[in-house]
Amino acid sequence: MNFILKMAWRDSRASRRRLALFSLSIVLGIAALTGIGSLGENLRRTVELQTKSLLGSDLAVTARKAFDEEAMKYFRGVGGEVATEVAFPTQLNFTKGTGERKLVQLVAMAGGFPFYGDLVTTPAGALAQLADGKSALLEETLLVQFGVQVGDEVRLGAASFKVVGALKKIPGDAAVIALFSPRVFISPAGMEATGLLKKGGFTRHRVHFKLLPGVDGDALAKTMKETFRGSRFQFDTVEERKRQLGTTLKDIYSFLSLVGFVALFLGAVGVASAVHVYIKQKVATVAVLRCLGASGRTGFAIYLVQGIGLGVVGSVVGAALGVAVQFVLPMVMKGFLPFEVELFISWSSLAKGAAAGLVICVLFTLLPLLTVRRVSPLVALRSALGETARMDPLTPVVYVAITAAVLGFAVLQTGNWKTGLGFTGMMALGFGLLGGVAKLVSWAAKKFVPRKPLTYVVRQGLANLHRPNNRTVLLLLSLGLGTFLMINLVLVRATILEKIMGAGAGARPNLMFFDVQEDQFPKLEKILKDNGTPITVSAPIVTMKIESLKGRPVAELLKEETMVTNRGPDGGRDGSKAGKGGGFQMRFGAAAKSEPLVRDSGRIPAWTLTREYRSSYRAKIDESEKISSGAWIGRAKAGEPRVPVSVEEGLSKDLQLALGDEIVFDVQGVPMRTYVASFRTVEWQRMQPSFFVLFPEGVLEPAPKTYAAALRAATPADAARAQVAVARELPGISAIDLALILQTFDGIFTKVAFVITFMAGFTVVTGIVVLVGAILTGRFQRIRETVLLRTLGATRRQLTQIQWVEYTVLGVLATVTGGALAIMGNALLAKYVFKTDVVLPVPALLASMAAVVAVTVLTGLLANRGIADHPPLEVLRNET
Amino acid sequence: MLKVERLTKTYRTAAGGELTVLREVSFDILAGASAAIVGPSGSGKTTLLGLCAGLDRPSGGTVGIAGESIGEMSEDARALVRNAHVGFVFQNFQLIPTLTALENVLVPVELAGDSTREPEARELLGRVGLGERYEHYPVQLSGGEQQRVALARAFMNRPKILFCDEPTGNLDGDTAAAMVELIFGLNWEKGTTLVLVTHDLELARKCQRIIRLKSGAVVSDEVS
Repeated sequence: MNFILKMAWRDSRASRRRLALFSLSIVLGIAALTGIGSLGENLRRTVELQTKSLLGSDLAVTARKAFDEEAMKYFRGVGGEVATEVAFPTQLNFTKGTGERKLVQLVAMAGGFPFYGDLVTTPAGALAQLADGKSALLEETLLVQFGVQVGDEVRLGAASFKVVGALKKIPGDAAVIALFSPRVFISPAGMEATGLLKKGGFTRHRVHFKLLPGVDGDALAKTMKETFRGSRFQFDTVEERKRQLGTTLKDIYSFLSLVGFVALFLGAVGVASAVHVYIKQKVATVAVLRCLGASGRTGFAIYLVQGIGLGVVGSVVGAALGVAVQFVLPMVMKGFLPFEVELFISWSSLAKGAAAGLVICVLFTLLPLLTVRRVSPLVALRSALGETARMDPLTPVVYVAITAAVLGFAVLQTGNWKTGLGFTGMMALGFGLLGGVAKLVSWAAKKFVPRKPLTYVVRQGLANLHRPNNRTVLLLLSLGLGTFLMINLVLVRATILEKIMGAGAGARPNLMFFDVQEDQFPKLEKILKDNGTPITVSAPIVTMKIESLKGRPVAELLKEETMVTNRGPDGGRDGSKAGKGGGFQMRFGAAAKSEPLVRDSGRIPAWTLTREYRSSYRAKIDESEKISSGAWIGRAKAGEPRVPVSVEEGLSKDLQLALGDEIVFDVQGVPMRTYVASFRTVEWQRMQPSFFVLFPEGVLEPAPKTYAAALRAATPADAARAQVAVARELPGISAIDLALILQTFDGIFTKVAFVITFMAGFTVVTGIVVLVGAILTGRFQRIRETVLLRTLGATRRQLTQIQWVEYTVLGVLATVTGGALAIMGNALLAKYVFKTDVVLPVPALLASMAAVVAVTVLTGLLANRGIADHPPLEVLRNET
Repeated sequence: MLKVERLTKTYRTAAGGELTVLREVSFDILAGASAAIVGPSGSGKTTLLGLCAGLDRPSGGTVGIAGESIGEMSEDARALVRNAHVGFVFQNFQLIPTLTALENVLVPVELAGDSTREPEARELLGRVGLGERYEHYPVQLSGGEQQRVALARAFMNRPKILFCDEPTGNLDGDTAAAMVELIFGLNWEKGTTLVLVTHDLELARKCQRIIRLKSGAVVSDEVS
């Protein structure tokens, strides 16, 4: 062992610069991995914090009646901070002007809510003034709509309040907004003074928790559900909010994990190709050692020690660089960062990255190192004997170990077996395909390249592809895999961004009007069009209730013991209980899409049977919906006894519906027999009018209905102008300005988009460096033959042209094969991981492919620059 | 010391045929004796040397070194035999370029786990005239100096038999003569058996026996 270590150290002396170059690829790979891991952890926490601001707390418990002493004692015993909130709908009387009245949500808060995110008022700090018990904070829309000024007086029940400011933004918006009522904030004492509390039939009591670090909100909610079984509490956690955000954040985490994986894999491929070249140059030394009595194992062990050393140094330096990168980059890019990141070192990410880097590096190094075991001592006598053509029996074992390590790492990174397996499979396919193409190219270059009419430099360049010691397989593998991974990142990034932007940005409506009577709708359309803010989406809404389900009257179903009778305090999922007519489903509202307290399989939640459904009718389903089973029928046939309807999938599960089941609706006194013709998945995330039950055209038109309309106002001023115009002409119509809520969401999506761009860009740069490294390592092989050609009279121009031909062929082939693999990989990822449609940004794809060819050729030429300047004697003597 | 019986070596050609480069070669070399293997290019000299030294396995026949039949041994077992009994001098020196002269000389004993013999290595280097060049790397030495380091290394493990493959092939006349003197001097002094392959008949005549090869077969075996 002593000799092995000593020899490994001594042998590395002359090659340390070269080994440093080799380690560059793994250093950068590990730097990318640890940097991504740590920075990703930082950014994840930032996004997490941002997500928490959607709720404003870690956990919120809501009830229809005031929490009793026992419950409050339990809540205070949880640890952390507790804040309370009481809210109910009531009339707000404007004492100024015409003395108009408006249904509002009156809210009294006590405690430090919001714990996360900011409560923004104009003027700032207006919230603190509520403490006097005589001040009120009104939502900005109320001030705009009714022309109220700060300092004006409003009346609530028995008390008068001075308006001290406008509420612009508050975490937990969604739940309140879903009630379709603008909010008025007063203090608990002020609420007492109104004398309205005891009359509040729709009062909502809520306790917000800021949990101690390490306490799992979901787990706590579960425990509380058990503890307060039967108390009809509703629980809201950040995790739940995140789930409501859709799978978007999960996509981001998966993607970041894969980005880290890609960086490491690239680094490992770089190291393997470099070590392959290195070992080829060590064959003579190994042969001499064998002549002097070293066993195959000894020779192997010497270079394995060097490989491990390479990995250790690479991991440590890479990890340090990763930390530096995560600290330096945000500083350098401070002006460009859309948000502030509180940087900390994620030791776990660092250790994980370094360890994974070391293992992957050593395993990838083993592959070329196995050659050492088979070096014959005869090589010392006849160098032409070189390596044995037979495969080392350990080669398959190493491949299995690499596959297992890659699979293990991929699973660890993505946290998903299927994704890890798919990714590993794709890598294996990439290896196989690129290896096969390389062999084919070598063979074809040997077999089919004619002597005429090709010039010498072209023939020589093509001959380089098949000559002994050619690097076709190696370069095509490293270039192709690098290309595959990099282009794949470009494509995946486009796919994810499209998904995010499709769901979270663009021309989404940000101002909604509801309670629009049928005869008011044309006028509303005109007002808004004249205002320069035309309606973009509208939907008729017909209210109805379920009369019977599958032939059984609702009353009968409700009597069954198995029925879940407790219902979320906010009622149904579309906010209908607030008495407003909007049929819009908002993805971010807990109340807008809140789950019932208990939803066990086998039980039909009572609220799904008793609620008032706000349904619509359409000829077509919109882009936020997909038929998951059955068939969409857009127009009912005249005289058909039963109307085909489409039911949202979640509701269908609650109601335990199957295709063809009958539902009889009570449409404002008129029974209507329907059957389930299709089930739909609905992207509630989208700001679209979406409904649980959709009717075809030709049935509900005669029924009394209201309309909901939405538009996109370019600026807050446009939104305000539109609201004022509508309030003046059609005072009964309610409006909700979603700009504030959308701002929060746009913030999150902007951050997410930045994270993706940043991470992908970082890895792409790493990939380019690895490609450069792969080509540079080839330089050592090329010096000798180039010098020989130079000695024999080749001009510099001829040498450059030879390299041009070789690298262009390799670059084009690597790009085409890698690009094809990337398209395939992106399609698989989009379908199975991100569960979205494939996006193929052709210009970006072509640009990436052209860039890879250019980088390959350019790097090849640059890497070999100066070779022709080497004094031939020095090169030949050194046998570099 | 070296016993070769009916030694045959056949290679498979790329075309799938067979190429026999040694046919039923037999000879004995006694301990302390010196023998030269001569013959034209392609006659099988180097192949024979490689088989005798246990660097390769014969296709037929046997090779015995110091009483041990190495033909059937595994490569690792043969490596142990080489380390214990065999020394080498190659035409192209075959020093390990990343090791200093001293380290190169020490390799055989360090391989055997003995790291106490540096003084002996220094002495040997002194004997071959490189007493001031211990820390020099091969690239810093001339051809003749490199071959002298190789010779010191060959004697470091106190071999029972020394194999030399064209030891003066890459050296100029004067340097070659000095080298020959050293080889034979050390051989005599250490009592080592010497087997050398050469084109140089003058060098061959310095050996006690000359074995001539042609087309893979021994055509003569004479005492010089």
